[in-house]
Amino acid sequence: MILQLIIEGMAIGACYGLFGIAFVIIYKTSEVINFAQGEMAMMSTFVAYHVLTFYEYPFWLAYILSMIFAVLLGMAIEFVFLRPAKQPNILGMIVITLGAEMLLMGMASWKWGAEQKEFVLPFSAQKIHEPIKGMIINDWSIAVFITAALMMILLYLFFKYTKLGVAMRATQQNQLAAKIMGVRVERVFSMAWGFSSFIGATAAMFFVSRATLDPAFMMEPFMRAFAASVLGGLMSIPGIVIGGELLGLIENFFGYLWPEWKPIVAFVVIVLVLCVRPSGLFAKHYVKKV
Amino acid sequence: MDMKRDYYEDIQLFESGVVVCWTVAFLLFLFTLPIYTPSFYLFLINLVMVHVILAVGLNILVGSTGQISLGHAGFFAIGAYGTALLMTMLHIPFFLALPLAGFIAAFFGFILGLPALRLEGPYLAIASLGFGLTIMHIIGRWEVFGGRMGIHAPPLDLGVPQLGFSWVLESDKSKYFLILVITIFLIIAARNIMKTRVGRSFVAIRDSDIAAEVIGINLTIYKTLSFMISAFYAGIAGGLFGFVLGFFDPFTFTLILSIIFLVMVVVGGLGSIFGSIIGAALITYLQYSLLKNVAEKPIVGDFLVAISKRWFSVVGLENFNSIILGLIMIGIILFEPLGIFGIWIRIKKYWKTWPF
Repeated sequence: MILQLIIEGMAIGACYGLFGIAFVIIYKTSEVINFAQGEMAMMSTFVAYHVLTFYEYPFWLAYILSMIFAVLLGMAIEFVFLRPAKQPNILGMIVITLGAEMLLMGMASWKWGAEQKEFVLPFSAQKIHEPIKGMIINDWSIAVFITAALMMILLYLFFKYTKLGVAMRATQQNQLAAKIMGVRVERVFSMAWGFSSFIGATAAMFFVSRATLDPAFMMEPFMRAFAASVLGGLMSIPGIVIGGELLGLIENFFGYLWPEWKPIVAFVVIVLVLCVRPSGLFAKHYVKKV
Repeated sequence: MDMKRDYYEDIQLFESGVVVCWTVAFLLFLFTLPIYTPSFYLFLINLVMVHVILAVGLNILVGSTGQISLGHAGFFAIGAYGTALLMTMLHIPFFLALPLAGFIAAFFGFILGLPALRLEGPYLAIASLGFGLTIMHIIGRWEVFGGRMGIHAPPLDLGVPQLGFSWVLESDKSKYFLILVITIFLIIAARNIMKTRVGRSFVAIRDSDIAAEVIGINLTIYKTLSFMISAFYAGIAGGLFGFVLGFFDPFTFTLILSIIFLVMVVVGGLGSIFGSIIGAALITYLQYSLLKNVAEKPIVGDFLVAISKRWFSVVGLENFNSIILGLIMIGIILFEPLGIFGIWIRIKKYWKTWPF
């Protein structure tokens, strides 16, 4: 049973980690807390749903189309809403992304209605395997683990070896210096948004198959993933994934013991951790320069 | 733009005789409002005033102290449930239960203020957000709070029923006067707070907390105090909100409500009490009246229904308000970061120096 809880918790934790990565890519490059992340992913999922049910295309095509949509959506939001903001401060950025969140949510519920829909992923949680006695793992968890691992490897390679990845890291370290070295910082931001929207939309596919599809379905997972990335320190990608796994495990064990308090355990943990380590578990404490 | 030349000019309640005249005229207008307003609108106006109280309080925290809170719906809920339960369970008269609920909210504000001492930016956002959700969840779970079914507010009795003296306010009109008096009192209080040592400390913390600490402001005391004052206002607003609505459940106090509160302050103008009042009034009007049942509105309604039929869905049209609200939030930051107060200042400056 404990093994079961661990696998289950790690699978959902990997989902949180994956979504947290999406969140952190934007935060690291442009220091914007993107509250619209969940709704961007929700929108992409709805596009996939639309393609699947309305045009009845196969899943892989729907996935590709929705991912293209996700990238474009992320870039569009950056271009239309964030780039024109002059002298942005933290609160202003939060309000802009919250506004984008409300906007997207309103759009989605206008287009598809607020009623709950079924979104079927090819990897169902009902299809179970038992490779070792006592260790039951379902298709969904396997898909999550593979996707998360693949995404992490790809991201590692991307940030290490590609030109764009290096440019992104340069922008993270010092915007001005990057600009002087010939990096088009605005374009990097735009890419970061597109990229993060893509990762977020992929994670949302996994979230939606555990719940039902409605315009608000990403709010809870988004907040968990936000909490997980704060737990991991909002800085390094491995930190976020570890944070996500920790949160997934804590939540699952706690949820097993006291099911009715499961939805809030994540936040209680976060607040407690933040009291002890104000910058999360795996980040050096941020020192403000005066 | 208005230069303060001495200390008394800074602390005085009214800047000039003209302002006094306008304020008196406006107060007269407010106190006679029920005479020429249909009672349906009084409900809306009551709601506006409740939100004004909350926005003024939130503005002290967000606008003046520079802390972010996405959990004010939690304090609001504590106020609403606190007042109602103190009155029904413990039979405490209203005039004691309301401030008591406010102090309970302030206590929770103190608790949230403690981690806020070490947190800022995204960390504070997630902590306060988590706080709001936790409160909502606890209320939804505990049977004392009526669970998911919600509770009815008790009759609004200004007297002490135990002593055989009761004065029940039933109509929106009578509630209007009560809420108006409380609102005016709290606005003046907020204005005075901002002109004292405490208020100046808040502003110093907003501008730079390190510099504030260096000049001898105790961050621990003043940051938590800011949270407490803001939570107190939210608690009072919540208590009154319960009576205005008459019935509420945990789903009234969602994250969206916290966001809307933040929008009120930002749209009105950060750090300005006048701005918060206007912002709260505007957003409440949009949210509860103008954008409700858009399909039935003249001219625009038919147009929107036509659009919905062609490209969107008609059932989803009721969510149209969140599109407008989102656009307002983005637009105000992009084009007028100081909010409506900023626009007001610009107009004033223009006319003061006109024709130059």
